[in-house]
Amino acid sequence: MNMPATKMDIETATPTGTAAPVVAMTPKRPPRRETYARMARETAVRVIPPLVVVALLMLIWELVCRRAGSALPPPSKVFKDTKELILDPFFDHGGIDKGLFWHLSASLQRVALGYSLSAIAGIALGVLVGQSVWAMRGLDPLFQVLRTIPPLAWLPLSLAAFRDGQPSAIFVIFITSIWPIIINTAVGVRNIPQDYRNVAAVVQLNPLEFFTKIMIPAAAPYIFTGLRIGIGLSWLAIVAAEMLIGGVGIGFFIWDAWNSSHISEIILALFYVGIIGFVLDRLIAGVGKIVTRGTALN
Amino acid sequence: MTAYLKLDHIDKIFTRGAASTEVLKDINLTIEKGEYVSIIGHSGCGKSTLLNIIAGLTVATTGGVLLENREVNSPGPDRAVVFQNHSLLPWLTVYENVRLGVDKVFAKTKKRAERDAWVMHNLNLVQMAHAKDKRPSEISGGMKQRVGIARALAMEPKVLLLDEPFGALDALTRAHLQDSVMALHQKLGNTILMITHDVDEAVLLSDRIVMMTNGPSARIGEVLEVPLARPRKRLELATNATYLKCRQRVLEFLYERHRFVEAA
Repeated sequence: MNMPATKMDIETATPTGTAAPVVAMTPKRPPRRETYARMARETAVRVIPPLVVVALLMLIWELVCRRAGSALPPPSKVFKDTKELILDPFFDHGGIDKGLFWHLSASLQRVALGYSLSAIAGIALGVLVGQSVWAMRGLDPLFQVLRTIPPLAWLPLSLAAFRDGQPSAIFVIFITSIWPIIINTAVGVRNIPQDYRNVAAVVQLNPLEFFTKIMIPAAAPYIFTGLRIGIGLSWLAIVAAEMLIGGVGIGFFIWDAWNSSHISEIILALFYVGIIGFVLDRLIAGVGKIVTRGTALN
Repeated sequence: MTAYLKLDHIDKIFTRGAASTEVLKDINLTIEKGEYVSIIGHSGCGKSTLLNIIAGLTVATTGGVLLENREVNSPGPDRAVVFQNHSLLPWLTVYENVRLGVDKVFAKTKKRAERDAWVMHNLNLVQMAHAKDKRPSEISGGMKQRVGIARALAMEPKVLLLDEPFGALDALTRAHLQDSVMALHQKLGNTILMITHDVDEAVLLSDRIVMMTNGPSARIGEVLEVPLARPRKRLELATNATYLKCRQRVLEFLYERHRFVEAA
């Protein structure tokens, strides 16, 4: 059937005067200098308070640890002891005697691999559990029990299974970060509004199209919540796992420093671990923000 | 004359555990091509369930829906729905929302450029072409509903199903949109079935008004012809005797007779 509409004049389609009023909105742009000044003010408001707090804490730390016989070094000594490590993170004297860059990048590679696997498997399982009532009834109790097992408790078992440190560490990352991804994805899929399912039904999307065009975008905010918790957990787990498996990696670097009584190096490593954990979290949050833009209900 | 859309002895019983509620009972209705039919009734009388059965989103317990003498029992673009709350996908732009349906329905029959032109044509019909790159969150409620109408129209449905399309809008926007829908109906000659609870809206827009009794076991209580010539003008009708009489009939049904039904 062909609509007569195609042959008619579009202009006559609208009863006169009833069209939704269209007002072109061109907000006046303030002068550039004003914009910069405002941006600088906003940045200052956010950056100055934490800087002040950090400076104060460093001062207290310095005062407390300065006394002779103090168990922990003051910040000034930490800096003096680790200056070489800070200034040259790229040296490589073979074995595990490497710069911090290499340790961190080894840890990050393990996290990248384990986390990617858990993101893929977690989203897939989450979709299954969210979509199918029977999968949920069968799997959910299992997940609820397994997710409470501490990361390191998996390590001996995975060492026994893989007989190698590297895959074991990756497995620990995987098994640690997968639960929040599964659970959040499942909640997201279960919460897809019936309206969207109705739209998909009327348009007759096939299951694959429904998955890519409706399910993933609709559940994206939940999925990214899970992914963000997951990346935090994997970074927590890798440091602990590496302490036990040894080799190159920031976890074993810390353990090695403790065995050699290089307390300053431990503090430096903790600083890096914290910064990288923060950056990873922001990274996933940022990706989530871009991907889910517009998904929020209105 | 054979009916274009035929509702044939539709019953709907919802069962939850041991309890079962009969929502609709023995609904029979025939609608001709190009007709504008409204279904009116108090909330909870099952009129939305009836629309969902016609759309194929809900399955009737007994009876069925015939469209051009063929039974339809699953959802499809030949019975496009304009949902009450617009149901636009918030992560797609206005254009993409309409395009989604067009790409599916005309996957084989139209080329890319033709599909693009068809989407824009339908957005033009509802005067929303200017906002094609906006997301649903960036446009007003009335505009969203216009896009919802464009999405449904773009699928070239045999029957256009409107589920309280103006219910969530303020009075002024509603009047604008009613006029637009009337103009579209006039121009395109669609067969339209509309669910509403607004008496004026039903009388203004419809050729026939189907009045439903209160649930449970809601039936069609009465069907009223609205013998008003088209195009209809809202202002002129305000004092038109036929209009007022039709309005009175619907009001009487809803506010006098439905109590009787409730007591029975």
